[in-house]
Amino acid sequence: MPSVYTSTVIPAPADRVWSVIRDFNALPDWTPFVVDSRIEEGLPSDKIGCVRAFRLKDGGFIREKLLALSDFDYSFSYAILESPMGVENYVSTVKLIPITDGGHTFAEWSAEFDCAPDRERELINHIGTNVFLGGLTSLKSRIGG
Amino acid sequence: MVSVRRSTVIEAPIEAVWEILRDFNGHDRWHPAVRRSHLDGGKRTDQVSAVRNFELTAGEHLREQLLSMSDADHSFQYAIVESDIPLQNYIAEVSLRPVTDGNRTFWSWTSKFETPKGREQELAKLVAEGVYEAGFEAVRTRLTKSRPLSQQSFKSSQQSMAAANSAAISGMAVGINRYGGPEELHPIEVRAEAPGPGEVRLRQTAIGVNYIDVYCRSGYFDLLKPPGVPGMEAVGIVESVGEGVRHLSPGQRVGYACPPVGAYASVRTMWADLVIPIPDDIDDVKAAAGLLKGMAAEFLLHRVHQVKKGDNVLVYAPAGGIGRILCQWANSIGATVIGATSSEEKARIARAAGAHHVVLPGPQSLEEQVMKITKGHGADVIYDAVGKDSFDHSVAALATCGHLISFGQASGDIGARDISSLASKSATVSRPNFGHYTDTRKKVIGITNRLFDAIKRHIISIEVGQQYPLSRAADAHRALEGRETTGSSVLIPDDYQKGK
Repeated sequence: MPSVYTSTVIPAPADRVWSVIRDFNALPDWTPFVVDSRIEEGLPSDKIGCVRAFRLKDGGFIREKLLALSDFDYSFSYAILESPMGVENYVSTVKLIPITDGGHTFAEWSAEFDCAPDRERELINHIGTNVFLGGLTSLKSRIGG
Repeated sequence: MVSVRRSTVIEAPIEAVWEILRDFNGHDRWHPAVRRSHLDGGKRTDQVSAVRNFELTAGEHLREQLLSMSDADHSFQYAIVESDIPLQNYIAEVSLRPVTDGNRTFWSWTSKFETPKGREQELAKLVAEGVYEAGFEAVRTRLTKSRPLSQQSFKSSQQSMAAANSAAISGMAVGINRYGGPEELHPIEVRAEAPGPGEVRLRQTAIGVNYIDVYCRSGYFDLLKPPGVPGMEAVGIVESVGEGVRHLSPGQRVGYACPPVGAYASVRTMWADLVIPIPDDIDDVKAAAGLLKGMAAEFLLHRVHQVKKGDNVLVYAPAGGIGRILCQWANSIGATVIGATSSEEKARIARAAGAHHVVLPGPQSLEEQVMKITKGHGADVIYDAVGKDSFDHSVAALATCGHLISFGQASGDIGARDISSLASKSATVSRPNFGHYTDTRKKVIGITNRLFDAIKRHIISIEVGQQYPLSRAADAHRALEGRETTGSSVLIPDDYQKGK
């Protein structure tokens, strides 16, 4: 099963980073590639099982289901229900860990999924670089040095 | 149940850190608290269920058992099975994760345990600081290589190394016999004594010049009592360390920006606590030029006040050492930066450093110009090191609930002020002192971590404008007082220069 792992250090306390990313409906606020997002059926965005539906800048439409959310661990996991990427069984986790030495935050974004074997390399690169690294980098600048 | 969590980032690839940590029986080779380690018979160091026997530097013994180890996850868990220190049901986990956007390593060390009633805090502190944080520092030190340039100077001194540990070593310094002008600065011979408990002896390679050095020389500040040697910051190589110093080791490249004065010297023995390792990618001269100014900018922007995106920030002397860094950093946070300066040339430097607007002396007062730029809102935070001449203008330029940070008095003492006048704006005034923000190792590490990170990410740049041989420190002071300098000035010890 292909997997992707991206991580970075954000120079801000974990509480502050978490307050930006905790809202499952807030992708347009901190990623560069999501233009609008809504939670289906008017559910609260921290209800486990809620589905976010959002549109990408390039026009793609994605639906993702919230599988887990922990304020204690600063983490959430979600599965893709519908996307133009051609992936199956896609489960992704975002997690923050406070760096006690200096008060910054270690942030990681990972995923596992299935796909056609000939697309594996392309998808790992696209998700790791464009989605995860792009998202974390924009989160970092959103939060500021 | 007590729970301890500590974590850090090591500037080395995960494989290098894991190679050190994975040897369950090898922690005596790097951890300062462990004198000796041996395994119970018949088991391997990476064999789950192996028991290691520690003899600590402080004399206690303990036995710890390996519960799990994973090369895939770069982690292991262990439990204390027997201990002179009353840690009960102690289970700990060491875990590494790669920081993928920089080839660094995130290292977390956590545990849960019980203690006799009333000793929770004491033992949690021992575990957190004496074991985990001390371990972080030791591995960091092991993996921080010295730069070739600095190693040369260290080698040239190695002939006398054997004797050096016990005897004083000689070098040169620049000192004053009485308060006065730059002409009072003259070269003298000095001896750096062998470091006592808690001390370190340095061979210095680059020394930063700050305006405070002028104040010390002239007698405006009494930090220096003649005869004595000025200077607050330098970079160099650790020559030897005294008893109990565990965060530094000989050959390491380090720096400091802290009292007491005495940095204008080629060799120095000083209190080791506030001396910190310098990252490989910041060279000696740049570090000496930027440590004090950068640390000041860090706490001014992030601690005295937390500048936020969208704030209107007014910076006086935006082309100066600290001012330039304040402009760069505030700009990167997303603040609107206004520089207040005296000439078009300095305005150009301020704009290049990230000032969105510059106000110059003219028919309109400073406060009128600031109000116009901010559409009547005023400055949310003002960094003012001018003092006497600027204070009233600064108060007038503040936004409602604005914060005036007065961190210097280049134009003279501010004198007495009536605080009731601040009520018209609900204004806050702060007068931060470098010493209070940087007087413990923990504070210095917090500040310099963010500073070094900002330098690496090119959020701020340290400009080295002038370099002088240490023996010509008087010239450096003349230029600084004559406002002939741009960027920072750095002194290079003469014997080090020759050594090159």
